[in-house]
Amino acid sequence: MRLRRIKAIAVKEGLQIVRDPRSLMIALLLPLMQMFMFGYGVSLDVQRIPLCVLDNEASQQSRDLIGRFAASRYFSLVRALGGQRDIAPRLDDGTCRIVLVIPSDFSRSLNDTGAGRLQALLDGTDSNTANIAANYAKAVVSAFSISLQLETVQRKGGVPQSLTPVDVEARVWFNEELESRNFIVPGIVALVMAIVGAQLTSLTIAREWERGTMELLISTPVQPMELMIGKLLPYFCVGLADAAICLALAVFWFDVPFRGTVATLFFTTSLFLLVVLSIGYIVSVSIRSQVGASQIALLLTMLPTTLLSGFAFPIDQMPALVQGVTFLVSARYYILILKAVFLKGSGLTALALPILCLALYALVLVVLAARAFRKTLD
Amino acid sequence: MTSESRITVDGLIKRFGDFVALDGISFAVGAGEIMGFLGPNGAGKSTLIRILCGLLRPSGGQASVAGIDVASDPEGVRRRIGYMSQKFSLYGDLSVVENLRFFGGIYGVPRSALDGQVAFVVEMAGLQGREDSLVATLAGGWKQRLALGAAILHRPSVLFLDEPTSGVDPQSRRRFWDLIHRLGADGVSVLVSTHYMDEAEYCNRIALINRGRLITLGTPHEIKARSVAGELLAVEAEDVGRAIAALREAPGVRNVAVFGRLLHVVVDDAAARASELKARLNALGMAGVRTERILPTMEDSFVHLVGRAGRSPEGAA
Repeated sequence: MRLRRIKAIAVKEGLQIVRDPRSLMIALLLPLMQMFMFGYGVSLDVQRIPLCVLDNEASQQSRDLIGRFAASRYFSLVRALGGQRDIAPRLDDGTCRIVLVIPSDFSRSLNDTGAGRLQALLDGTDSNTANIAANYAKAVVSAFSISLQLETVQRKGGVPQSLTPVDVEARVWFNEELESRNFIVPGIVALVMAIVGAQLTSLTIAREWERGTMELLISTPVQPMELMIGKLLPYFCVGLADAAICLALAVFWFDVPFRGTVATLFFTTSLFLLVVLSIGYIVSVSIRSQVGASQIALLLTMLPTTLLSGFAFPIDQMPALVQGVTFLVSARYYILILKAVFLKGSGLTALALPILCLALYALVLVVLAARAFRKTLD
Repeated sequence: MTSESRITVDGLIKRFGDFVALDGISFAVGAGEIMGFLGPNGAGKSTLIRILCGLLRPSGGQASVAGIDVASDPEGVRRRIGYMSQKFSLYGDLSVVENLRFFGGIYGVPRSALDGQVAFVVEMAGLQGREDSLVATLAGGWKQRLALGAAILHRPSVLFLDEPTSGVDPQSRRRFWDLIHRLGADGVSVLVSTHYMDEAEYCNRIALINRGRLITLGTPHEIKARSVAGELLAVEAEDVGRAIAALREAPGVRNVAVFGRLLHVVVDDAAARASELKARLNALGMAGVRTERILPTMEDSFVHLVGRAGRSPEGAA
């Protein structure tokens, strides 16, 4: 192996990257776009659920309650309905996801018995959102009833002593909602890095075949290992820039708390980059067309990373066999590391095992990539 | 001869599935010799060159380049050769000098010598003032000379050129052949393939190849003398089809072939037969028949030899 040749290839590849500003822009903008796309698309945050209200009483108290819904960031009041038969059409055409029905005896029974009754009708086609909306609604109502009791007690001149316990369930939901983003965004960083990383290198060998430059290149004394290292080096730099973009977005845009060190983050990210760049390179060597290689690289990185890395579906709830397969998904380790570095501030020692797994994975793939290339036209 | 030869090929066979691309080819090329491979598209010229460059593995037979067996040590071969592929294969998005420095790095041209070599190649290819132009913007003849320059940057002793002049204007072709002769004079062995018959005349020796078989091998002079047994008449007539039939039956005629609008007729004695043949065609009612004695070209030889090999295998050279 000669450093001279590696340098010649790396310089050539670097020049080609710089000479093609459009591709370079795509390489840097793609992760930005994907971070936003997945960041908002995959987020479990449910805010501004469209709400319709059927107020059959129109009392001071019913209006107070509606006001609380309208003021909450979880609901946005889109329409007040005129009667019972308006409810189904509004849910059908998607004007709202939830309809709050206030009965005509709401405040009377509230004042008489201390317990009012409300009805919430939810669009169950998206059961996840419906579930979350129902819980938000409970929380709003619960907050309403607490302040109502407080008011009653104060009006009677007493000191609040034994209030109805705070609705614990609602508070848990709020926390959960905040945490879900913190858990998801590191996963999205891994997903975007996997997709972009493999895309970067998936074209590099296929392009030489398509343009006819490969025939001359393999007639030279260049060694497969030299070719691979020289080709991966410039893309590794682009990949690190992509990683910086993704991680900065995670911290500064999506407000994921960052408690670890930047060094740990980039060390582990480098290992993961080596894995995905090698995958793209192997695909590019095997499939001699740029379009084909790009598609296969996308499949090979996106599917396992979304389905089997624990990013979207918890690994411990998968069947045993599938759980075994997840050990072969490199993103599994990277996501684990990212979450720990971000949320727990874990360092290298705490993460020794997953880092070792990732490093081993990178080593195996780099060797495979070096051996995948055959200097022959046969 | 064998100890001096830079390329030795013995009974070389290459099969792609059922298709036999090379069918037992043997020849040798000496130091400083310019050897031309002439044949139609699909004759097996590119396959032969690719095997000798270590890009394809032979299916049978033996071949060695610069004393190294191509099947057992293709890397050893690659270090010692220069190759110019049929399709232009430098990097269009890199400049002239960037391309040359890249191949200099790949071939391990010593750093101290690289600048000098690059300057030499730029001068040789007539690319002064274009050093920083992107290669994609160069015209055909310049690209081709640059590709040759990239192939000799590391001073190989053997050079393979696969149809280097296809799609290049005649003036650039002429200039290109001058460069090849300079290399030959420096002791570089050159194996060049072409389907331009006239280019074959620039080679020291020529191998005619068709359908994977070597039809004949020799100097241009030898081949022409050997293949065209007799003298040659160019005949111009209106009705080519009937003229061919009539000429084939005439006494003293050995072969008739169509060359554009003319018929090339091989006869035993051009001076004697010219008026005979003209009279024969006039008798068939053809007016405006003209005959002229010409010297055989490589194309005549090729048509003659391929025709003979195709029609009667036992008559092949």
